[in-house]
Amino acid sequence: MALTLAQKLVARAAGRDAVAPGEIVTCRVDLAMMHDSGGPRRVKPMLEQLGAKVWDPAKVVVVTDHYLPATDADSRRIVEIARDWVKAAGVERFYDGEGICHVVLPERGHLRPGMFAVGGDSHSPTGGAFGAYMFGIGATEMLGVLVTGEIWLKVPHTIVIELEGALGDGLSAKDVMLFLIGRFGMDGGEYQAVEFRGAAVRGMPMQERMTLANMTAELGGQAGLVAPDATTRDYLGAAGVGEAELDVVQFERWQSDPEAPVLAHHRFDAGALAPQVAAPDSPANAAAAADHGDVRIDIAYIGACTGAKLADLRMAARVLEGRRAASGVRLMVAPASLRDQELARREGTLGVLLDAGAELLPIACGACAGYGANRLAENTVAISTTARNFKGRMGAPSSRVYLASPYTVAASAAAGRICDPREFLASRGPR
Amino acid sequence: MTGRAWVFGDDIDTDALAPGRYMKYAVDEIAKHCLEAIDPAFAAAVRPGDVVVGGRNFGLGSSREQAAAALRHLGVAALVAESFAGLFHRNALNLGLPALACADAKRIRPGDELRVDPQAGRIENRTTGETLACEPVPGFLLEMVRDGGLLPHLEKKLARRKGTT
Repeated sequence: MALTLAQKLVARAAGRDAVAPGEIVTCRVDLAMMHDSGGPRRVKPMLEQLGAKVWDPAKVVVVTDHYLPATDADSRRIVEIARDWVKAAGVERFYDGEGICHVVLPERGHLRPGMFAVGGDSHSPTGGAFGAYMFGIGATEMLGVLVTGEIWLKVPHTIVIELEGALGDGLSAKDVMLFLIGRFGMDGGEYQAVEFRGAAVRGMPMQERMTLANMTAELGGQAGLVAPDATTRDYLGAAGVGEAELDVVQFERWQSDPEAPVLAHHRFDAGALAPQVAAPDSPANAAAAADHGDVRIDIAYIGACTGAKLADLRMAARVLEGRRAASGVRLMVAPASLRDQELARREGTLGVLLDAGAELLPIACGACAGYGANRLAENTVAISTTARNFKGRMGAPSSRVYLASPYTVAASAAAGRICDPREFLASRGPR
Repeated sequence: MTGRAWVFGDDIDTDALAPGRYMKYAVDEIAKHCLEAIDPAFAAAVRPGDVVVGGRNFGLGSSREQAAAALRHLGVAALVAESFAGLFHRNALNLGLPALACADAKRIRPGDELRVDPQAGRIENRTTGETLACEPVPGFLLEMVRDGGLLPHLEKKLARRKGTT
């Protein structure tokens, strides 16, 4: 029986040779990830009510990223619960203030091809970039996983997005996702598995693939998958996964069979894609940057799991090298992880951004989720590398948020208005 | 269950249901601001037993289950929508809040009196006399909803397990 990657991953977790789309199965969970907002603070009282313990603390990872920096008593209480709980529950894989969960998890080598994982956050499909089946769940469902080690799943169909050719200079995974969300809508993924294939995907580094998988959430998919390859293996090796461990991962097994039936197979020429910008108040309002007319901006925000990884910071720096944010524009950079911030600092990327006038914000989810001190004020117009621009999400309901790639956000910061970053890169040498 | 319909449009997101700035508080506080960006009167005016009706992709966005918990806290007895975001749908059922996908949800008008029957997968509109069919919810999930959600469901199962050992 020919199977998709999604079917193979689910079948393995369900202890079956094969599963068919639409059937309901029970899967064993290899990894459960929680953060401070939806994690211990919510599951601890429920575990106590049940008098239950965590099924396998070695399979749990906890990351604090939402309520940091903890500037008020409520935030401090929430973060303290996480710190106390991991100790009491025997969870050793705890990352406190080291970055956003979706970035920290892979950089510590916790996600491997073939895994079945859940995360207490909607951007958990990020794990699919590694050929793992990973999806987001709420706190009560996480409780179920913590108590039983299992979760039910309706075996997904697969929607194939094939990106042929290569992305042009100044284009990124974020442009691909905004384009797809604009084209298919925020429910275009039908809560099925979306598998990204094609030369343009093969050519992406892992952090770009993570952006594809991450924003499968905005595309309405349950999981966003990229079959593992040499790029995956190299990344995991660099993340500290030893050769012996890598040899156990069956990279050749975690591929879709070519003849496996899929729900839809969409092909796009990556080379034809123009930089995309999504207008307020939905990622589905995407159109070419040049088609938005003359939009003046107050804030340029480079942050979040989907927009401030090292790969993202480098894109912004390529545009901003030797330039400054336009007068009246507040450029903010909130790196996605401590490790990426340090790498960016060492290689000079961070310096370029600071020289351009960027304010360096704490490493956390921050303004993306409307948490923390940097919420958008009334009537502010922002362009942001984040994933969502729902009304009021990043601050006042009257604030207006445009979504774009780090290239486009950086170029717009320099111009003071939304613009196509390619005009800024044209004068620069090749990548 | 019978209640008045509160009708909202397409793409009601979790930030509208549970705004980020209130997420650090308990659900009773979040619930006061539920849907305030769309209908500031909703949270104060909704009555126990009422039914929230949406269009396409209701509950899209975050995994924060406070989005569903806020509605439950306000006494909303059931959700009906043309379609639900998958993650939100799981959350609603896990919290014991029936959430029924109904292709004809747009036929429901604000204030209509609805009788929602999750078991039968049917909505009776007592105002118009129409009966609307819903997508069936799998039996094991209906059982969980009947128990009041996953937490009481697990409590029951664990007690049963203890009882047999």
